Amino acid sequence: MQAKVDNNSFLINKSVLAVPVKYLKRNAGILIGLSAMCVMLTFLSPSFLTSGNILNVLRQVSTNANIALGMTLVILTGGIDLSVGSTMALAGTMSAGFIALSGLPVWLAISLGLFVGIMVGLFNGFVITKTGMPPFIVTMAMTSMARGLVYVYTNGLPVRTLDPIYNKVGNGYLGPIPLPVIYTTVLYISVMILLYQTKLGRHIYAVGGNREAARFSGINIARVEMVVYTLIGFLSAVSGIVLCARMYSGQPTIGQGYELDAIAAVILGGTSFTGGVGTIGGTIIGVLVIGFLNNGLNILGVSSFWQLIIKGVIILLAVYIDILKKKSRKD
Amino acid sequence: MDQVILSMKNIHKKFPGVYALSGVDFELKQGEVHALLGENGAGKSTLIKILAGIYTADEGEIYLKGERIRINGVQQSQALGISVIHQELCLAPNMTVADNIFLGKEIVNKAGFVNFHKQNKAAQELLKSLGLAIDATAIVSQLSVAQQQLVEIAKALSFAARIIVMDEPTASLTLREVELLFATINNLKRKNIAVIYISHRMEELFRVADRVSVLRDGKYIGTRVTTATTREELIAMMVGRELKDLYKRTFHPLGKTVLEVRNLSRRKMLNGISFTLKKGEILGISGLVGSGRTELARAIFGIDRYDSGEILVAGKKVEITSPVHALDQGIILIPEDRKRQGLVLVNSVSYNLTLAVLKQFIRMIGVNKRLEKHLVDTYIDQLSIKTPSHEQLINNLSGGNQQKVVIAKWLATSPRVLILDEPTRGVDVGAKAELYAIINMLAEQGVGIIMISSELPEIIGMSDRVLVMHNGRIAGSLIRGELNQEKIMHLATGGVKDAS
Repeated sequence: MQAKVDNNSFLINKSVLAVPVKYLKRNAGILIGLSAMCVMLTFLSPSFLTSGNILNVLRQVSTNANIALGMTLVILTGGIDLSVGSTMALAGTMSAGFIALSGLPVWLAISLGLFVGIMVGLFNGFVITKTGMPPFIVTMAMTSMARGLVYVYTNGLPVRTLDPIYNKVGNGYLGPIPLPVIYTTVLYISVMILLYQTKLGRHIYAVGGNREAARFSGINIARVEMVVYTLIGFLSAVSGIVLCARMYSGQPTIGQGYELDAIAAVILGGTSFTGGVGTIGGTIIGVLVIGFLNNGLNILGVSSFWQLIIKGVIILLAVYIDILKKKSRKD
Repeated sequence: MDQVILSMKNIHKKFPGVYALSGVDFELKQGEVHALLGENGAGKSTLIKILAGIYTADEGEIYLKGERIRINGVQQSQALGISVIHQELCLAPNMTVADNIFLGKEIVNKAGFVNFHKQNKAAQELLKSLGLAIDATAIVSQLSVAQQQLVEIAKALSFAARIIVMDEPTASLTLREVELLFATINNLKRKNIAVIYISHRMEELFRVADRVSVLRDGKYIGTRVTTATTREELIAMMVGRELKDLYKRTFHPLGKTVLEVRNLSRRKMLNGISFTLKKGEILGISGLVGSGRTELARAIFGIDRYDSGEILVAGKKVEITSPVHALDQGIILIPEDRKRQGLVLVNSVSYNLTLAVLKQFIRMIGVNKRLEKHLVDTYIDQLSIKTPSHEQLINNLSGGNQQKVVIAKWLATSPRVLILDEPTRGVDVGAKAELYAIINMLAEQGVGIIMISSELPEIIGMSDRVLVMHNGRIAGSLIRGELNQEKIMHLATGGVKDAS
């Protein structure tokens, strides 16, 4: 019954249009919302629809985008990671510190910063899989521990560095496109390949969709979870390092509340909070919605206090509409 | 007794694309147990959901005690004295029995606080009136599934229910617990309460039901008095054709030993289990729930660790500590609970079918879509799985087709040893016959099969040999010629095998 292996047909997709059409259909609601928002902002503010502003938004958005990418994987497995903001701060500040305080070369400082993020993620994954404690609790504890570590390392003060190469990592451009946007694009493509073109990708969906069934199918659940928590640690570190590089300094207070924006983007993008259902394409839209919303409200001069309230309301509405949609499909 | 309490006339219900009920009649007398019979998709659940107020009928009339009623919503249905006990129990597991019975209608004192003393007493009386020896102050999660079901019945009575609907109440009960349920149903009859009883198990209907109504493809086929009908007649009404031989088994000489288990023990659950399984053999494992049947399967498949003993595959000793090892050895377990253990319900047919064999079409990076499609097509065709497309959500298939996908999923791994735990639970008669044919085909292909089942006719009809388990031990082994229900039950309940 073993099917014959055909060597030449890997990565070949017959219908080129099938995928985008499916994508549009699946995300119709939120896409309409995003478009409506953009049209409205264009009319309300002449500075909104300029290539300068759009690229600026994309650069701002890239911080959240990286974290939301990792969060998508974690939520797909039925988990959650609250420690992303602290991980950002820890990795970013330490990379700046390695340059300013220890005098390490930039490439090494950044690599070590990424390594710190990976270790945080590994630790989360290890504790979650070995002790069976819920991810919510484990990563909440890590939120506090990692933040504490940053303060211990910096004594609570920013670490300034004027190293031009380091700063270029955060502020540089490739042609007209900001470098952070390039990093994010590369990361998205890589993770999409991981999720849609490998066994591990399907295992991620199985662990969140039905843990028991995954176990009976011979899937190593602990390994899958280790990978996703390590990945989100790495992705948070990327955001942290890029953000610090852009600000010429390691800021120990950055990243507070970032887990909320990331989770909001994932949920707005249609990923099920219970796991097993969701796409990275959806998350991209979710990230853009949050990003344009922040930018639009800023352009319109809405106070940041009101912005928080508006964001909360929009998240509630979007998820509620999603629930209504699911209900009508069932009946 | 003969007074009609409920009658549903000419009920129609359409869903997009499906005519779920077309002109169904149903009549229920006071104090009778009326069984509703039909294959999956025949319209039983739709009819019940109309009665429970979950759906409203498109057309038709419902009369309660001769009075025309309209049921809009679950609360109204309950107020009319209709109570549905669903397959999935709806009790709060960490509260007491009494708390559950009075949930939402607590007995309170003047200050508005719950009077637990009074509540416990009232609950205990209610349980006693049903002849149940359940402590009203016990925590629900510590009761057996059967006891929980009985608590649900008591809860229904506390709503002054006059009609109780039971949906597959015995699906997860042991034989002894079934007896308890039947005794309780008899008590209900004495209280003049009418029961609508839904079950796939034919033997039960003859024991417990006064009348049986059969539905097929959303149509009303007929009603029979159980004492004046036969199993064959009911099956013919259900499937619309005569189903002569449900168990199609072709017997061949057996091959070499493919699996040997020596002295397998695990805590108190398994105690010195030894047996051999040959190529092409169907080894039935019978016994009450909790006798160690499922535990044995789980230990061999590596879900649970065993403490001592050996497992030999094709003569070689193997170490199995996780399902990954078992799959490597060609041992597969098709679990008893397909929704919980077998399927990722939120994903597609194709996804589920291929989950255990991804390496056949995914290399390091890159999915070979054509190979995947070919694999899925092969099994959809071979097991005649009915699905509109590969990408259909598995949750939208019928129970029988879901079970076929579960089987296909593990067959795709080309197993040497196949362990089936309750392979036909919750599956209608037509699909059962198909599943038996598949199992027989696999045995013919030389797969060694272990079949665990609570349904004695199935065990007797399919097995070459039967092991009967009791209290974690093998109480006896019976070969095909000497199989009958009495002998198996005798061993399963702690009797010893006669020397003869």
